[in-house]
Amino acid sequence: MRTAAAILRKDLLLELRTLETLPSMALLSISTFVIFHFGLNQDSLSGQLAAGVFTVTLLFAAMLAINRLFVAEREQGGFDAFLLAPVDRTAMFVAKAAALFIFMVALELVAVPAFALLLAPPRLGHSLAGFVLLLVLADGAFAVIGTFVSALAVHTRARDLIGPIIGLPLMLPALIATARGIGPLLRANSSGSPQLKWLLVLALYDLFNALLAVGLFDYLIEE
Amino acid sequence: MQLPHCVGEMRDAASTITTEGAAAAADGGSPVVALERLSRHFGERTVLRGITLELRAGQTLAVLGRNGAGKSTLLRILATLLRPHAGSVKLFGEPLPRQAWAVRGRIGLLGHEPLLYRDLSGRENLTYHARLYRVPTARVEEVLAAVGMRQRGDDPVRSLSRGMVQRLTVARAVLHSPELLLLDEPRSNLDPAAGDLVEPLIGRSAGITRVLTSHDPQAALAEADLVLALAGGRAAYLGPPDGLAPEKLRSLYA
Repeated sequence: MRTAAAILRKDLLLELRTLETLPSMALLSISTFVIFHFGLNQDSLSGQLAAGVFTVTLLFAAMLAINRLFVAEREQGGFDAFLLAPVDRTAMFVAKAAALFIFMVALELVAVPAFALLLAPPRLGHSLAGFVLLLVLADGAFAVIGTFVSALAVHTRARDLIGPIIGLPLMLPALIATARGIGPLLRANSSGSPQLKWLLVLALYDLFNALLAVGLFDYLIEE
Repeated sequence: MQLPHCVGEMRDAASTITTEGAAAAADGGSPVVALERLSRHFGERTVLRGITLELRAGQTLAVLGRNGAGKSTLLRILATLLRPHAGSVKLFGEPLPRQAWAVRGRIGLLGHEPLLYRDLSGRENLTYHARLYRVPTARVEEVLAAVGMRQRGDDPVRSLSRGMVQRLTVARAVLHSPELLLLDEPRSNLDPAAGDLVEPLIGRSAGITRVLTSHDPQAALAEADLVLALAGGRAAYLGPPDGLAPEKLRSLYA
C-alpha cells in the first residue's frame, strides 16, 4: 500500500504540474453537453435519453484519461524505474486505478453541474444520492478496466487505437448498467432511489474486473 | 550552470557518503554475477550468444564493443528488465528471472535513460524513488549533496542541463546503496569536475561490484578487473585488461 501511495502521489503531482488530462476531460464533457444542447435543440432531457447522453459523455472523457494514464511511464522511463524496484507489481495497478478514479470524480464535479445547467434533467437534485452512488460504481469500472486496457495498450505501436478498441467492449456491461440505473432517476416521476439490480451488476462487474486485472497485470508490465 | 558554485559542498558530501552495499559485497565469496551460455535475441536477430563469465564482489567488468554489440542488452538482462532466452543468469547466487524479486533492491542501474520524470524536480524524483526502495528520505538530501544538486534540487528536471540530469541519475542509481552497479556510459554529459564528483559514488573507489560500458575503451580498461569484448553478440575476448592486445581492441571498433 505504501508503494501504491507513493506512485499515486507522484501521478497526482505530475497532473497538478502539467494539467494534461483533467482540463481536457472537463472541456470535452462540457463541449459534448453543448453539442447535445444545440444538436437536439432541447433545453431539457429526461429519462433514458438524458442517462445515455451523460454516460456516453463520461465514457469519452474517460478515454482521454485512459490513453494518457501510462504515457509518463513509457516516455520518461517510469516503467523501468518501477520494475527495477523491489516492490509488488500490483502496487502500480492499484495506484493507476486510484488515479483514474480520482480523475473521474474530479471530472464529475465539473460535468454534473454542466449537465444540469445545459440539459436540465428533471429531479436531479431529488435523486442526487442514488445518482452519485451509481457514478461511484461506474467510476470503479472505468478505473479498473481503463487501467488494465491502458497497460495493455501502452507497449503497442497503435496504443491510441488499442485503448478504445479493447476498452469500449469491455466497458459495455458497465455502461449499460450505469445508463439503465441512471435513467429512472432522471424521470419526472423518479422515486429518487436507484434499482438495486443495477447497483449489484456494477459492483460485481467492478469486482470481477479488479480480480482479473490484478491477476494479469504483472504479465502486462514485465517483459 | 551551478556547478562551480557547489563544488565544495559536493566534494564534502561525496567524501562522507557511505556505500553500505560495497562493504556488504566485499566478502569475495560466491560470484555476484554468474552467466552461463547466456543468449538473447530480438525477433530473429540474436544480440547475445553464449556469454559465460563470473564477476566477484568488488570487481569491475568492462563491457566493450561497438554500437549494437549487445552491451546495453547485457546490462538490461542483469538489471532484470529483460529475460535471457537461453543459458543461465545468477545474481548474488539467485537465478534470473525466477528470483529477480530477491535481487532487485541490490542493483543500481545507470542507463541511457535517466528514469526521472521531467516535470518533477530532482528532489521529488529522488523522494519518489526513496519511497519505492523504502529508503529514509534523509538519504535524498545526502545523495543530492553528493552530486552537488542540493541547490538546484527543486528545479524541474526538464529545466536542467544534461550534465545536471546525469548527476541526478547517478544520485538515483546509488540512492539505495546498491551492491551491484550497472553503468551504461556513466560519465556521458559530465564535465571533468562533475566526473570527479561522482567518482566516490560510482567509480572504482566506491568499492562496489560494477559492470560498465563506455565509449572510451581506454578509460574503461583502466577501471576494469575483467574485460568482456563483444562482437556480433559473441565474447570476442574475456579476460584481464592487460591481456587485450591493442590490435584486438582496435578491431572491436573497426
